[in-house]
Amino acid sequence: MIWFVLRRAGSALIVMFVASVLIFLGIRALPGDPAVVMAGEEATPAVVAAIREEYGLDRPLPAQYVTYVGQTLTGNLGRSTQDGLPVSEILLQRLPVTLELAALAMLVAIVIGVLAGIIAAVRRGRLPDYLATGFGLAGLSIPHFWLGLLGILLFAVTLRWLPASGYVPFSEDPGGNLLRMLMPSLVLGAGFAAVLMRQTRSAMLGALSSDYVRTARSKGLPESAVVGVHALRNSLTTVVTVLGLQLGALISGAVVTEQIFVIPGFGKLTVDAVLTRNYPVIQAVVLVTVAGYVLVNLLVDIAYAFLNPRVRLSGGTDG
Amino acid sequence: MTLLEIKDLTVGFDTEDGLVHAVRGVSLDLAEGEILALCGESGCGKSVTGMSIPRLLPPDSTRLSGSIRLDGRELTGLPEAELRRVRGKDVSVVFQEPMTSLNPSFTVGYQIGEVLRRHEKLSWKAARARAVDLLRLVGIPAPERRINEYPHQLSGGMRQRVVIAIAVACSPRVLIADEPTTALDVTIQAGVLDVFRDLRDRLGTAIILITHDLGVVADIADRAVVMYAGRAVEQAPVGELFARPRHPYTLGLMKALPTAAAAGADGRLRLAEIPGMLPSSLSDPAACLFHDRCPRAKDDCVTAVPELAASGPGHLAACFYPLEDGSR
Ligand SMILES: Nc1ncnc2c1ncn2[C@@H]1O[C@H](COP(=O)(O)OP(=O)(O)OP(=O)(O)O)[C@@H](O)[C@H]1O
Ligand SMILES: [Mg+2]
Repeated sequence: MIWFVLRRAGSALIVMFVASVLIFLGIRALPGDPAVVMAGEEATPAVVAAIREEYGLDRPLPAQYVTYVGQTLTGNLGRSTQDGLPVSEILLQRLPVTLELAALAMLVAIVIGVLAGIIAAVRRGRLPDYLATGFGLAGLSIPHFWLGLLGILLFAVTLRWLPASGYVPFSEDPGGNLLRMLMPSLVLGAGFAAVLMRQTRSAMLGALSSDYVRTARSKGLPESAVVGVHALRNSLTTVVTVLGLQLGALISGAVVTEQIFVIPGFGKLTVDAVLTRNYPVIQAVVLVTVAGYVLVNLLVDIAYAFLNPRVRLSGGTDG
Repeated sequence: MTLLEIKDLTVGFDTEDGLVHAVRGVSLDLAEGEILALCGESGCGKSVTGMSIPRLLPPDSTRLSGSIRLDGRELTGLPEAELRRVRGKDVSVVFQEPMTSLNPSFTVGYQIGEVLRRHEKLSWKAARARAVDLLRLVGIPAPERRINEYPHQLSGGMRQRVVIAIAVACSPRVLIADEPTTALDVTIQAGVLDVFRDLRDRLGTAIILITHDLGVVADIADRAVVMYAGRAVEQAPVGELFARPRHPYTLGLMKALPTAAAAGADGRLRLAEIPGMLPSSLSDPAACLFHDRCPRAKDDCVTAVPELAASGPGHLAACFYPLEDGSR
């Protein structure tokens, strides 16, 4: 297990290295003077000169790369060309918002998706199954923005139950924060809930017709243990794998959702940065996204190994 | 004393092709401490008969009728909750598929301990200690170590013995063992049969032994029931059956099977010696189902069902033209 984790962590580091080189080269491959690119088009020559000095932009590329990595690791990600604020500060402000949104959406997806999947499998071919698969299909085919607009129309405009948009930090007003995050996390989580429901259902159907479940029944175990322990335990690997595969969709979904509900998160930061060609921010956003992706995949691999004794004890399936 | 009494057990399955007749009116009884062999070709309904007793058949598609009494208590109408107290405690099962019958995600110790916790209300610690004893009983070396292992770390033979350990954990009154030795080496086979014998001798457990291996039948069983196409066609004490088979099918079975080598690699038996095939399980004609493969068949075999009739001490055969003494 230790070796397995170390190996996976090693390959994660390699991915991060490659990503950092690409990001580093990417901004320098843009047409024009990289110092101007990083300072912003309206920057004064003095600012441009300062940037050139700070990043050593007239030195050879390898030396620049070393400077870049050193600065990144110490948290110096440059300054936003919009307002001159340090990018690291902006990230620290925006990231928690998106992490909260993503975590809530995942929670929604796991609770609804896994439960509905189990129920649909246990009640296969009966009403609960049809309801779950029907909603699952709807959840898969309805795009985020449409679901979001529909939600705003119904719950905010017509019924006036929930605020249409906006954000308050959890630390300032926990209730208001959750109230405002409710609709966005439902909207973002709905698609994942649908995917999880379908995968859980089919994994559970396979497990429930397996020989080991029959053995569990032959022991006289209550159905709750047969389904909730024996069948579910073997279906969880599927759930974890699906979660890992859906991560990219979660990130892009967060971008859209934050736009709809005007949530000042990472996704909105990304869109704004691209629209204003705020390269230091774009650079940091890409780096953080890749790092997040790599980190979560690493966690998914470890969770997968933990759930599967065959992987855990033999040290991995990747050979 | 009769422990288990099955009367006119009929089991069908709803399938896309129609109703599959798996068991067609089987009656048998089992005394305390008796070892009864259930033999016959692949697909003749041995497993379905066995699984009907603890009702481990798919609930949605199974059509079951007849009576199954354990100690005079009717099991067929019993609610699931009641039956769960019977499963694993009074009636337990060793399944035919040793490679897939254990849950890959739990240790051997957990899977044995679970049944002890359920029925004997043991603590995890006590259940574990008992599980080690049980593994030793079924002949698994180094049980203290094996108890922490997962099924994929064990060989097929060891998995089968773990399944047996689970089945015998709560000292069942009836043990249904479905091809328990097929996956095992001959040397281990003998050990497993000893476990069964010991269980019977110590606790008076009655055993239904489903097997195609007539060597095993001769070795351990007291009585045997021969099934064909869902019907019990002959039933007799083992010595009597081997000495004087009455049903032409039984004779064919014995000729076809001097050794276990006649069985396929999967342990399922296909009869090559008797020409012809099993009749379709989709129809249920009022005829002897063996008639088209039978050298002794006459007209009435095609128009009426022969009932089991006495043809010797404790010997029943369902044939209009049974074999005479010495006709083999
Ligand atoms: N769940 C099911 N649904 C439909 N048909 C079934 C089902 N289970 C068993 N059958 C059918 O019932 C018949 C009897 O099957 P059974 O498993 O009892 O045979 P068997 O005597 O145990 O054979 P084997 O030696 O191959 O184990 C077969 O024709 C089989 O296809
Ligand atoms: Mg069988």
